[in-house]
Amino acid sequence: MPTIDLAGIAAQLQACGITHMVWIPDSEMGGLEAHLDPSIRLVRACREGEAIAIAAGLMLGGARPAVVIQCTGFFEAGDAFRNVAKDLGLPLFLLIGHRNRTAFLEGRSKDSAAKHLQAVLGAWELEYIALEPGGDPAVIGELYARSQGSGSAAAVIVAE
Amino acid sequence: MRTDECLAALAEHRTAEVVIASMTSAVRWPAYSDHPRDLIYVPSTMGGAPSLGLGLALARPDLRVVVLNGDGSMLMSLGSLVTIGEQAPPNLVLVVFDNGMYAVTGGQPTPGAGQVDFASMALAARWPITHRFSQLGEWAEALPGLLRAEGPAFVQLTVEPEPTSITAPPVPMSERLTKLLAALD
Repeated sequence: MPTIDLAGIAAQLQACGITHMVWIPDSEMGGLEAHLDPSIRLVRACREGEAIAIAAGLMLGGARPAVVIQCTGFFEAGDAFRNVAKDLGLPLFLLIGHRNRTAFLEGRSKDSAAKHLQAVLGAWELEYIALEPGGDPAVIGELYARSQGSGSAAAVIVAE
Repeated sequence: MRTDECLAALAEHRTAEVVIASMTSAVRWPAYSDHPRDLIYVPSTMGGAPSLGLGLALARPDLRVVVLNGDGSMLMSLGSLVTIGEQAPPNLVLVVFDNGMYAVTGGQPTPGAGQVDFASMALAARWPITHRFSQLGEWAEALPGLLRAEGPAFVQLTVEPEPTSITAPPVPMSERLTKLLAALD
């Protein structure tokens, strides 16, 4: 069964010049920390909205953060996302674990978190791409470059 | 003591620090300061100012960052005390104006109004410097040292309850951020 390439994701973050990874681990990307290059400072947040606000401050200071959270936390963090992406207009970059995505797409799960994420991202007018199991993590670098170039927030949803 | 008195004392001692003012402080601070390193954080995400300040302090260790927060906002993000305690940026000062109410929504009491020891929470979260002041003279006397201290430093100011209304500054946020970023170079 194909899996998510965590080492590949970590390599993409490094190649993008990410300086800080602000995160709350989830079940699929929890192993990412072990692959993280020491040049990327890990910031452990207690809540996802907090992680997004930290990333905003980092960007104001000229750093290049990535926020790594699960979709459940993204739901919780809606107002923080709204403020940072819409009010402050900062090019927030997120990796969002999509809980039970694969099982939902195959009809094996009715997880509401899996069902509603993409609709929520659409409501926020947030550009996103999906990284499926076995998929090429290079999509991360491509979307990050586009996001920073346009000055707009973007997200990679990572299948769980 | 009153919020305005505390802000006036801060303005007297402030030099080149970045000041992030949220909620009630965002309304009152412009009466005492028009510094290019002010960020009047309106519109905001309530509870987000300490985390915003943490990010800026981590990205720019050459700057000193002062965050002005309310007790209602602090209650929304108590976990940020732990996050900041772990990251331990020495250049961050967080000031919580504890008036025991949601001042901008009509003065409704906050949970545990007047009974919450935020400074002890910060101490428990391993902040190296924590203070709780209820007298203006104590706050004013501590300010010079706090603004130069190896933090992070946490200050709880017990202030009189004074409802206020919040409105966004006339200058759009994008222009305010442009001004701030220019002042950080």
